[in-house]
This record gives sequence, structure tokens and C-alpha cells, in this order.
Amino acid sequence: MPALILQLTRVGFLILLCLFVWAAIRVIRADLRTATDVKYVRAPSRRDARRQAKEHRDRPSGLSPMTPTMLVVTAGSLAGTRIRLGDGPILIGRADDSTLVLDDDYASTRHARLTRDGDAFYLEDLGSTNGTYLDRTKIQSPTAVPTGAPIRIGRTVIELRP
Amino acid sequence: MTPPHGIITRIARTGRAAELGLLVFAAVIVTSALVIVELNQNRGITLDLLWYGAGYLAALAVTHLLVRRFAPYADPVLMPVAALLNGLGLVMIHRLDLASVANAAAEDQPDPGLQAPLQLMWTGVALVLFLVVLVVIRDHKVLQSYAYTIALLGFIFLAVPAVLPARFSEVNGAKIWIKIPGVFSIQPAEFAKIALIIFAAAFLTSKAQVLNSAGKKVFGLVLPRIRDLGPLLLALILALGVLVRGKDLGTSLLLFGTLLVMIYLATSRVSWLIIGLIGFAGGAVLMYRLFGHVRLRVDIWLHPFADAQNTGYQLVQSLFGLGTGGIFGTGLGAGRPDIVPYASTDFITAALGEELGLVGLTVIILLYMILTTRGLRTAIAAKDNFGALLAGGLAFSFALQVFIIIGGVTRLIPLTGLTTPFLSYGGSSLLANYVMLALLIRISDSSRRPDKPVSRKPSTPLVEAGTEMVPVVRKHSLRKPSGEAS
Repeated sequence: MPALILQLTRVGFLILLCLFVWAAIRVIRADLRTATDVKYVRAPSRRDARRQAKEHRDRPSGLSPMTPTMLVVTAGSLAGTRIRLGDGPILIGRADDSTLVLDDDYASTRHARLTRDGDAFYLEDLGSTNGTYLDRTKIQSPTAVPTGAPIRIGRTVIELRP
Repeated sequence: MTPPHGIITRIARTGRAAELGLLVFAAVIVTSALVIVELNQNRGITLDLLWYGAGYLAALAVTHLLVRRFAPYADPVLMPVAALLNGLGLVMIHRLDLASVANAAAEDQPDPGLQAPLQLMWTGVALVLFLVVLVVIRDHKVLQSYAYTIALLGFIFLAVPAVLPARFSEVNGAKIWIKIPGVFSIQPAEFAKIALIIFAAAFLTSKAQVLNSAGKKVFGLVLPRIRDLGPLLLALILALGVLVRGKDLGTSLLLFGTLLVMIYLATSRVSWLIIGLIGFAGGAVLMYRLFGHVRLRVDIWLHPFADAQNTGYQLVQSLFGLGTGGIFGTGLGAGRPDIVPYASTDFITAALGEELGLVGLTVIILLYMILTTRGLRTAIAAKDNFGALLAGGLAFSFALQVFIIIGGVTRLIPLTGLTTPFLSYGGSSLLANYVMLALLIRISDSSRRPDKPVSRKPSTPLVEAGTEMVPVVRKHSLRKPSGEAS
């Protein structure tokens, strides 16, 4: 065999190997994109709601807040889902028996719990891996959730709405 | 009242088309590797080569079709990567066969046995076993309920070579085989490893809470209570005892490292890693003191050239081979990888490194990296703790095994005999690795499978009383507007 052909096959084969790795990585990338395809459905009133929540926090404590009646998923794969708030606690996580079953790789099996106390709702982290965030702060102990404040769990964002 | 279908259909990408594409690509690479070997060895290019390639592709296609049927949402990258590694291994073993036949002819010796046809046969058996595992184990959680049984079977299997007379169990000084001369020989440790990983995953799933919380605190380290970890420690000590007695250092190291990482995955406590590493250091020193063959291995590692013609010969030849290969390698079939003893088993990466060079060897290590990251990704996405731990353990054991053997071959760490997963010659190793791959694929299938919206309803818990799911027509449409027409 002519030496030239051998040299070409030698380099060509290495290129072929590298192309395989490239192709595999492309598949992985596409897969990651679908798995974590966060469609931020910005609810039109989100910013307003946050402002409201801020105002509500700033308000003197005597005024009664707007009682939330609904839990809305605003971002993440379940975006748009709504749950009517009842009297029982709301379990959030990937476990099948959660009230809100998340399809989110960054959420834990039993991630967080929302408990009602009169008109207020308390958010509690159930020892999740990635933590539960109320607005931008990670919650350490059961925390009261103002209406409209975003609760972040993994890549999912939840809000309480009146 | 239906859950929003638009969301469900959006996620449900199976990735099977991508898998098929990558498999075809892998078959093309393997076929061209074969052609290049034949070119470099000045053998005629015949249509037979194409048939080999087509046969390989056909075997992969059958596997792919059955994966499509039985694990439709499985990870699309795992299978093709394994198939490519296996194919490259086959080509390299064939290439070493050619060399050993030529050597035997030059020295007027009888023809040595060919390894490539055997390995091809084992590949076929391994693919069948892969499919059997995939078909029989429809839900990996089944394994959890048989954990102790599996562990017991693994032990009995592992201990058999220690009991058998040397004639039936010893190969090259390592008493770790079950062989019926002339028929077959298997290395039970490969399968016992899987059994132990399954057992550890099940055990840690049931004990993670306790391990995480209870225990005395010393210097900021939470010391575990022995009774929480008892069965696992017992299993580990028994396994290590049997393996060390059979001089199988590589597998002992692999098992120890894998279990340690699985404990860490289950508890996410660094103190476990520190305790484990201290234990490892103690064990290593003890073994060095006790066993002559361990001292010899360490000596060869530190001073390979001190006795380059005798004890250090294998490692030195491997290093020379890698040096000859340089960055781009000599080309498949153009080097002399056959000079290294056991080039087709322990030292196959040295052979590949010589003929494909640093670039080729890096690609091979990258392939293992892809395999491991996909395994770990499966673990992250797994819906149950057992699946997560099992996938994490399996994926990490691939990585650790590759590190131990390639580290040994390239003189980064002392050499301990292990096979390179999917590449090396050896039926047991190939079978065991395909079983591990099948388990990973099974778990990834269940974790990537979108939840059936209907099946969620019957399991409505009491907690949910008073709340209900209401689908909402969103103003900002998602990608599939038809799904939310309700």
C-alpha cells in the first residue's frame, strides 16, 4: 500500500473518532436542553404581584393581607398549573404522592411543604438538596409566604395568588 | 378535568433516533478500523471485511430495536458508546491475533489460539444477556426487594474459586477463576461486584436517614455507629477478604472505592470519605507489609527500569509502546503492541495508545467519561433513591475501573490487574459490563419516561383532599398549542 494512503487513514481515523465524541456530545446537549427546557411563562402580573407583595410587606401590620386562594406555577416544566388552596398542607416534590408532583431534576423527592395557618401560608423546606427559595433568600425555617412572592424550587417557580 | 397535555408531550422525547444514528456511526468507525488494520498488515481488502462490519451493525440494530421496544426512553448515548468501545476492542484483539500468528510462524511454533473469534462470540452472548436483563427486569425496584438474596448469591459465587482446587481456579497465580479446562472459564468477581453494588444501593436506601443523623461527634467528624452499617461492612470485609486471598488487588480496590462513594452519595457527608480514605491508607500499608506481591507491584511502579528485562518488562514495554505512539500514534496495525505481555487484556489501552497515539487514547478516555457522566446524570434524574444510588454506583465503578487500569498501565499508580471495560479480551468482564449497562439503561428509561397523566390519579393521597388540579388556558402559548385546546 502506498504510504500516503496509510498516513491519510491514520489521521482520518483519529478525526472519525473525534467526530463520534462530538456527535455524542451534541446528543447530550440536545438532551440537556429538553430536560431543563425552562419556559419562563411570565405571568403578565408577575412584576405587579411582586410589587404588591413588597407593598404588602411595607404596610403596617394592622391591615389584613389579601388571602391567597390559588397556587400557580409560573416557571418550569409545569408552568401554568394551578392548584386551589384547601385547608390541608401542600406537599411539593417529585414523589408521586406529593400534592404538586414536580417533573424537575433539580427538585428533591420531598422538597417543601406549604401549611396554612389561618389566612397565612407557611413554607417549610423538607431537607431538600438544592434548597427552597422565597423570593431570593433561601429559607431555613418555616417562613410566612406573602401573596405573589415567587417560591423557587429547583427550576420551578410557584406563586400564591388571591 | 385533565392535566395539561401540552407539557407532557413536550418532554416526551425518546432519543431513539439519535441512538440509531450514533450506533451506525460506531459501526462505521469499527469497520474502518478493521480495514485500516488489514491495509497496514498488507493483507488484501476483501468483501469479507464489509460483512464483518455489516454483521456488527446488524447485531447492534437488533439490540437497538429491542431497546426501542423494552426501554423506549433510555439514554441515547450509553449504548453507542459501549458498542464503539467494544468494537474497537474487537479490532485491537484481532490485530494482536495477527501479530501473534506471525510471531509463532517466524519462530516455527504451532499456531497460538485466536482470541478475536472467542471475543466475538462473547460479544454476542453479552448482547443477548444485555437484552435478557432488559426484558426480565422491567422495573429496577424489583432488585431492591431481593437485595439480600442477590448479595448472598454474589458471595457464594465469589467464594467458589477459593474453595476449588487450583487446577480449576488458578490462572497466572491469581486464584480467582472458575474454569472447566477446555470448555470455559469465568471470573466470578466481575459478577459479585454487580451483586454487591445492588446490595449496597438497597441497604443504603433503607438506612440513609439513620446514617445521616446518628453518631458521636469527634473533631467535627460524625462517627457512624457500627450497627447501622453492620451488614454492609460485613459484606465488604468478606468480599475484600476473599479477593485479597485470591490476590485480586484491582477488584478489591474497585469494590472498596465504589462502596465508599455510594455511602457518600447516600449520606452526602464528607466525614465518610475521610473515614474511608483513612481506612484505605491503613489497609494499603498493611497489605504492603503482609504480601510480597504487593511490595513487588509497588517496586515496579517506583523503579520500572531497575529490572526492565524481568519483573518490570511488561510496564516498561507498555511505556515504550506509548512513547512510540506519540501524539498521533503509529496507525492501526502499524505498531508493535504485541511486545507487551497480555496486551489484549490488562494492557489493551497501551496497545491502543501505541497505535492511536495520545489523541486516540484521549478519545477513548473521553468515551468512558461520557459513559460515566450519562450514568451520573441518570442517577440525578432517577425518581427513587434506590435507582439513584444504583445508577451512581454503577457509573462510578466504570470510572474507577478505568482509572485504576489506565493509571496502572501509564504508571500513574501501581499496576493492579483489571480489565478495561468493554475493550479488554475476556468473556466475564464483557458479560458483567453489559449487565451493568443494561441496569443503567433500565434506570435511565424509568427516569426519563414522562409520567402518565392518568396513572397519577388513582394514587391521590389523603393530603390532597380539598385541593384540585385545574388546567389553565395560557395566554402565552407553549410550543404545542394543540395540547391545551381544552
